[in-house]
Amino acid sequence: MNDMSNSGRGKLPSAEDMALIKKFLNDTTLFLGPDPEIMQNHDLMPRSADEEAAIANASDAHTIAKIRDRIQSGCDEGYEMVEQMGAAPGAKWGDVITGVYSASGDLAIASAGGVLIFSALVHHPIKFIIKNWMNDPTVGVREGDGFIHNDSRYGNVHNTDQSMILPIFHKGRLVCWVASTVHEGENGAIEPGGMPSMAESPSDEGLKMSPFKVVENYQIKRDILTFLQNSVREPKLQYEDMKVKLFACLRIKQRIEETLNTDGPDALVSTLRLTMENVRAEVKRRISEWPDMTVRTYIIQDSTLRENCVVKINCKLTKTGDRLIFDFRGSAPEFTNRATNTIVAGLKGMLAQVFLCYVWPDLPRGQAAFAPIEVITDPHSIVNCSYDAPNSQSLMSIFTGFTAGQHAVAKFLYSCPEKFTKVHAPTFNMINTFIWGGVSQHGETLGNLCADLNGMGAGATVDRDGEHALAPIFATMADIGEQELNEEEVPFLQLVSKKMTRDAVAPGKYRGGQGYTMMVATKDSEQWGFMTTAQGAKIPPLQGLFGGYACGTYPLSKVQGVDVYDVLMNTPEKFKHSIEEIMNEQPFEGASYTTHHMGMGFEISKRGELFMISQGAGAGYGDLLERDPKGVIKDIEEGLMSPAVAARLYKVVFDPETLAIDEAATEAARAAERKARIARSKPYSEFVKAWSKPTPPAHLPYFGAWGDDVSVLYMGSPQKTREAATPRPNYMTHPKDVRIAELEARLAALGAMGGEKQ
Amino acid sequence: MKIAMTEYLRINTENEKWECRVCDHEIASARGNYKEGLLVYDRDPTEIHPPIIDPEKYRFTFSPDPEWVRILEFCCPHCGTQVETEYAVPGHPPLYDMEVDLDALKAQWAARGEAAIPYAGPAVVREDGHGH
Repeated sequence: MNDMSNSGRGKLPSAEDMALIKKFLNDTTLFLGPDPEIMQNHDLMPRSADEEAAIANASDAHTIAKIRDRIQSGCDEGYEMVEQMGAAPGAKWGDVITGVYSASGDLAIASAGGVLIFSALVHHPIKFIIKNWMNDPTVGVREGDGFIHNDSRYGNVHNTDQSMILPIFHKGRLVCWVASTVHEGENGAIEPGGMPSMAESPSDEGLKMSPFKVVENYQIKRDILTFLQNSVREPKLQYEDMKVKLFACLRIKQRIEETLNTDGPDALVSTLRLTMENVRAEVKRRISEWPDMTVRTYIIQDSTLRENCVVKINCKLTKTGDRLIFDFRGSAPEFTNRATNTIVAGLKGMLAQVFLCYVWPDLPRGQAAFAPIEVITDPHSIVNCSYDAPNSQSLMSIFTGFTAGQHAVAKFLYSCPEKFTKVHAPTFNMINTFIWGGVSQHGETLGNLCADLNGMGAGATVDRDGEHALAPIFATMADIGEQELNEEEVPFLQLVSKKMTRDAVAPGKYRGGQGYTMMVATKDSEQWGFMTTAQGAKIPPLQGLFGGYACGTYPLSKVQGVDVYDVLMNTPEKFKHSIEEIMNEQPFEGASYTTHHMGMGFEISKRGELFMISQGAGAGYGDLLERDPKGVIKDIEEGLMSPAVAARLYKVVFDPETLAIDEAATEAARAAERKARIARSKPYSEFVKAWSKPTPPAHLPYFGAWGDDVSVLYMGSPQKTREAATPRPNYMTHPKDVRIAELEARLAALGAMGGEKQ
Repeated sequence: MKIAMTEYLRINTENEKWECRVCDHEIASARGNYKEGLLVYDRDPTEIHPPIIDPEKYRFTFSPDPEWVRILEFCCPHCGTQVETEYAVPGHPPLYDMEVDLDALKAQWAARGEAAIPYAGPAVVREDGHGH
């Protein structure tokens, strides 16, 4: 051994040296990117000395309950202000949230309405501000400051949502933060509307704001505002909604100050802290009432929004004692150049919604309800993507992750005697709506979407059918707005809307709530277009519950080469009000009729061309042969099912004219079907021998783990894999290049390439 | 003790079996996968989710692609009740979806006592509000 060898021990720097090294690194950091220490942690911050002292001074349960209610009212007031005054269509239907955060940045109390996931993610940027800007002499955090943020890599769903964050001081002491978040829509991305599916890198996703100061002395800084306005397609909206969010925060601040004046800062700090700690403790108690069990499920995404493929969201949920662990390992690898990846915080935020909206809606809304629940993922996976991966369509992965969670949780809840909601089959999870953009009939440049995304069909429950087009999974208290009001602002009409799509059902003892048809056509602009961003045109994005079925699949249909406004004017009898009739009967001569998956990139539309989609159904519950025949007939009467489909699926025998049920014949038909099931099915072990294969099928572009082995992730073919723990790039070829290659191969096979030089 | 675990399955803690709640058939060991005691059918999804628009004319029809997804239907071999469905990629091994820690379950319910029927959850009760 010589002096050059490194024996490790004894050569470590001293504590003094370490402090110096840390200071050097802190002083010379070249780039303050998203901080893994902040972004990977969703638990509450440790109790601070300030909180400890406050609790010692003020912890009377009645006082805390009173203050919590006052703060809750303040948040709700702020929420109402944003909803009423916000310019973004998202604000109008409740894609909004307001909340009060502890001095350490944890979300203590959120508004009762709106999209909770926003707030469940805003604690990350606040913690970034605390860690990096608070003591930075070039930034600082002072009374009257306000910070803006939208970059999901620093904590957000996607960068179409913008937050305004204000620190609240009392006599120089930082006592809490308030924040307001809105789905603004436009953000200057490669496609209008803020959620580009064409993004192949974060650079295509438009404005990416890490948290920075945009307000001083409660005034928006005009120079920065002008820069932001130049960065998006809707400059007026950018200004108006920054003001709205700021004033909503100021109203909540006013309510907090009233509390400070009556009860003092310690009571406020104590209330925020104890609310979170008590919720966290209650969540652990409730979990302990569930059976100790592991539940496995998976949900399949059938596209990246650019091309169809099979993308697995794998979920193993284990409960032991008072611990609950979501294990998403085995889910698809991150796509290097597709936008459907999510940061892990987005997945966690959406899982928090499972509990706060569908399992324990009685709990105070805040970060604490999900704080003790653990989440495991593979690095650089579709549910825990890297900094360099685009994630503007993260909704695809957080929604399917949500459904995996909702499906797994239901299997724990059934036997648990303590319930706060009914056991629930998965609710529909895709935003089947139109995103739109261009120049309006008033000459305004716009980019946003139809609120109909909030019309997802609900899953059936243990004792009733799911409700139709009820609410989005991300905001059970949201609205779908007034289409007629919207149409005053935009140059298109929804020619058919809120009409249930017949036979697009999720059958079961209790059926899922159904979705409605939307037909849109541009009218008053030559510079207007649409896009759609949903999965589920080839594979349903749900699972059914306890023998019930999932929904079907939902495509995009287009009719081009027609002006339906001329048709409506001249031959109105030709116009039909269902996709079924228009596509099957093809009533407009000379028009082209085509179908597509639901990932349509932004496409300019001509006047009167029809774009048609349907909202999806929630999943069914239980064996469909147990469905009350009267319920089946009611579905027929309400136009949810055709008589032929209803009779074939549910084995209900009825008079085709009167719909009178033949009870005896129905009972016999159902008994025969049960026998037929037994006859056509195979014992499990025999079935598995023939069915199960060691690798994914060669004909499917499959992404994710196969079977129980989650150590290997497939990347589009049985031959291409990666170790789950070892990231590899996962590039997809441009769909047009794929198509060109297919066509060239055909030409070559026909000898028709004409000796083209290569 | 008999504990209702799903709409159609219960665990009998005395004989440690999964049982059918419809016909009382003993399905499988409660220390293992209940699916092993059921029958399975590989269902073409287009039979459950029929095309709404003409499959002769269109690529996408509101009906799942049977080459991309199948429905595994699990039923009780005695009464034919459909206990579970699984939308599966063709060839993907069926999931061991409920792996119960039976000893923990027994201990948990020994403290609770047997429930006659599972609690469905709180009902939404209409409130007529203030009136005169």
